[in-house]
Amino acid sequence: MKRFFLTVLRMITLLIAISIISFIMITKAPIDPLIAYIGTNSTISEEAKEEIETYWGLKDPPVKRFLIWARNIFQGDMGNSIVYKQPVLTVIKERFQYSLVLMLIAWICSGILGFILGIVAALWKDHLWDKIIKFICLIFQSSPTFWVGLLMLSIFAVNLGWFPIGLAAPMGKLASEVTLLERIHHLVLPSITLSMLGIGKITLYTRQKLLEILDSEFVLYARARGENTWQIVKRHAIKNIAIPAITVQFASFSELFGGMALAESVFSYPGIGSAVTAAGLGGDLPLLLGIAIFSAIFVFTGNLMADILYGFVDTKIVYSSDGR
Amino acid sequence: MNQPTNIFWNQKETEDQPIDIFWNRRRKTFLSIGIALLYLITMLLVGLLLRPESYGVNYNAKFIPPCLKHPFGTDYMGRDMFFRSVKVLSNSIVIGILASIVSSLVALIFGVVAAMKGGPIDGLVNWCVDLCMGIPHIILLILISFMFGRGGKGVMIAVALTHWPELTRLVRAEVLQIRSSQYVQASYRMGKTKFQVAKSHMFPQVLPVFLVGVVLLFPHAIMHEAAITFLGFGFSAEVPAIGVILSESMKHIASGKWWMAVFPGIMLLLAVLLFDLVGENLKRLLNPNSGNE
Repeated sequence: MKRFFLTVLRMITLLIAISIISFIMITKAPIDPLIAYIGTNSTISEEAKEEIETYWGLKDPPVKRFLIWARNIFQGDMGNSIVYKQPVLTVIKERFQYSLVLMLIAWICSGILGFILGIVAALWKDHLWDKIIKFICLIFQSSPTFWVGLLMLSIFAVNLGWFPIGLAAPMGKLASEVTLLERIHHLVLPSITLSMLGIGKITLYTRQKLLEILDSEFVLYARARGENTWQIVKRHAIKNIAIPAITVQFASFSELFGGMALAESVFSYPGIGSAVTAAGLGGDLPLLLGIAIFSAIFVFTGNLMADILYGFVDTKIVYSSDGR
Repeated sequence: MNQPTNIFWNQKETEDQPIDIFWNRRRKTFLSIGIALLYLITMLLVGLLLRPESYGVNYNAKFIPPCLKHPFGTDYMGRDMFFRSVKVLSNSIVIGILASIVSSLVALIFGVVAAMKGGPIDGLVNWCVDLCMGIPHIILLILISFMFGRGGKGVMIAVALTHWPELTRLVRAEVLQIRSSQYVQASYRMGKTKFQVAKSHMFPQVLPVFLVGVVLLFPHAIMHEAAITFLGFGFSAEVPAIGVILSESMKHIASGKWWMAVFPGIMLLLAVLLFDLVGENLKRLLNPNSGNE
């Protein structure tokens, strides 16, 4: 329990540091938030510009600006997005729903599929299946997510016409009229693309772990008792590899988020990933800052889960080595 | 043979088969490293020496699908995609080398200092590593690129400065392990100076781990550069960069111009794959436990 609190404490210090660093980075950018807000060819008078600048506090020293911003965050106000003309929190909330569905599907699919493939590869080690699976994993790990997305679009959306080319719902339809089926239809390609990103890692990890276990003495003993491979996998192996595998899945939240940003921009899916691109390209400082901190919280949540699970595994290992 | 029920006995049989004496794993590994390096160096040199005319604009030859004259087809300005891809890949490799050098130096210094000094400095380095890894890599790259006002310089700095955390952990762990090992302690007791220990014990042990780490860092750097340029934060449209090519091809993919995306991507995939392969093989060769299998 003490370890848990220390981890959380450490995460909070890291989060504060990340906010400070992101804030410095963004204010150091050679992008004038005022011009980003009013546009380059607006005919607004100099006095009005001055007024907005004082109102926004652009002339205050950076430390003061940061403190004001931090105080507002604690009150649940992250400022207004320039690109979307909405409060940042609303934008993040709205868009994260889309992204969450996408990431959750990809996370679960890659986890389950990777786990099964890893078991298959380990059981048929050095046979054809193992080689095929290892090769596929290598390809998946090395291919850029956005390129995979482009291929998917080219094959399944353009040439075969099975799936729509982008967005999360048919164009020109009200949000209330979009059916669940249409949403799923639009989700298929992005989630396959995103799943492919994570599958290699979890497969190779599971394979490695299972090989270690199949090599151990208790499996040899189980064999001697006459258990067949399926029984060994079911009774001894799965229990031992499932939690480490889930831990690895949780620790991959950072890559998942990055892959999501790329996949969303390929499929013009209206999630948080395309919002961060729009914010960066449009000079939308509040939104960029908001998403940066939000993404850090997301990653920390994953790491925390991994940490808790890992602690759980660790105690078991200590116990079993003592008991020997 | 592929029955899962008798895997344990199968392994015995395969071990009894005659082993090819010449093509053992070590030689195969060397061969694969050679092929990988050949591809990468060829791409790098050809790309650097390529005349700009060979991928110049030619509006008479727009959107030609792959044919004998243009193996990868041409793009919306009639530029030959094959030569463009080669050029772009060599640029990517240069950026990858740059990023590897900077990040590996940072990682080496941080890792060694953290392991040797210990205490609060170790804690600080670890905290910095966690800080850098706590934010999704793409977001961090976007932030840094944003700070430099988007463009080539920003991307290069961003990619070069953000790939050190994993390697730092690796180096730190390795140095820590060696430092506490018995023979290092013994040589200190025998009156060896810190420098002598570093030279004869630390350096030869840490070097292989470090080298492998640097090679494996390379594909990450290339991929991240491509990704960030693809999103629009990196190189501007006139610079030959893989991200630029792919984001251009995205605009034309709806009209069925598939070759603009497929071939450059395969070139990139091959480069990343081969670097990975070189790294993994080096790891196996340099590790005395598996080097002679």
